[in-house]
Amino acid sequence: MKLTCKEAARLVSQGLDRRLGPWDWLRLRVHLLICDACTAFSRQMEFLRRAIQRLP
Amino acid sequence: MKSFAARVEEERPYLLRYASLQLRDSHAAEDAVQEALVAALAGEASFAGRSNLRTWLTGILKHKIVDAIRRSSRDPEPLPETAEFDALFDETGHWGEPPAAWPENSLEQKQFFAVLEKCLAALPAKTAQAFMMREHMGFDTDEICQEIGVTPTHCWVLLYRARMALRECLQTNWFGK
Repeated sequence: MKLTCKEAARLVSQGLDRRLGPWDWLRLRVHLLICDACTAFSRQMEFLRRAIQRLP
Repeated sequence: MKSFAARVEEERPYLLRYASLQLRDSHAAEDAVQEALVAALAGEASFAGRSNLRTWLTGILKHKIVDAIRRSSRDPEPLPETAEFDALFDETGHWGEPPAAWPENSLEQKQFFAVLEKCLAALPAKTAQAFMMREHMGFDTDEICQEIGVTPTHCWVLLYRARMALRECLQTNWFGK
């Protein structure tokens, strides 16, 4: 059940590109609830997406 | 009132910038824009003022960019390595250095975007292409895999790799300052 941060980072990225399977989705949610570092990483990834969309 | 051709021509610099971000080759970008403008002039009737001219032209340009990408990506490429990012994590899979909070107001600063473009330019070609197709042109991964001729897994690896590399680059060259 438990994810490492390394695995969570990959799932955060994949979650921006496809709908995660229910199992991966749940494992990632649980991990993000308890992990500030991965939550910050996830925010960085969303920030990056917004930044690219603002390029001409 | 300006002619349709003149109004289309005025959008050329914008379109060129758009295509350059995507194709990273000024000749290929100019060719794609030229093809798009020719198609636009031939299709004036289908524009008929029904949408914003720039949006309409960008839509045509996207098709031309995809054609150019398809032409240039016939050669298969080995699965990209992500081992370079493993060093960010310790042996138990935790972050060596936890990711920082990035202030939102960077998005209001022109210089930030100059740094972002430099970071994009430093990415390997195919990685950048997949990433920009996804994030800038808004394709879904199935379309990207098909156009650049890679498997979905390869595609996700490319996108992951692009994000990790950009994150490092922005942290070092912008947020770390």
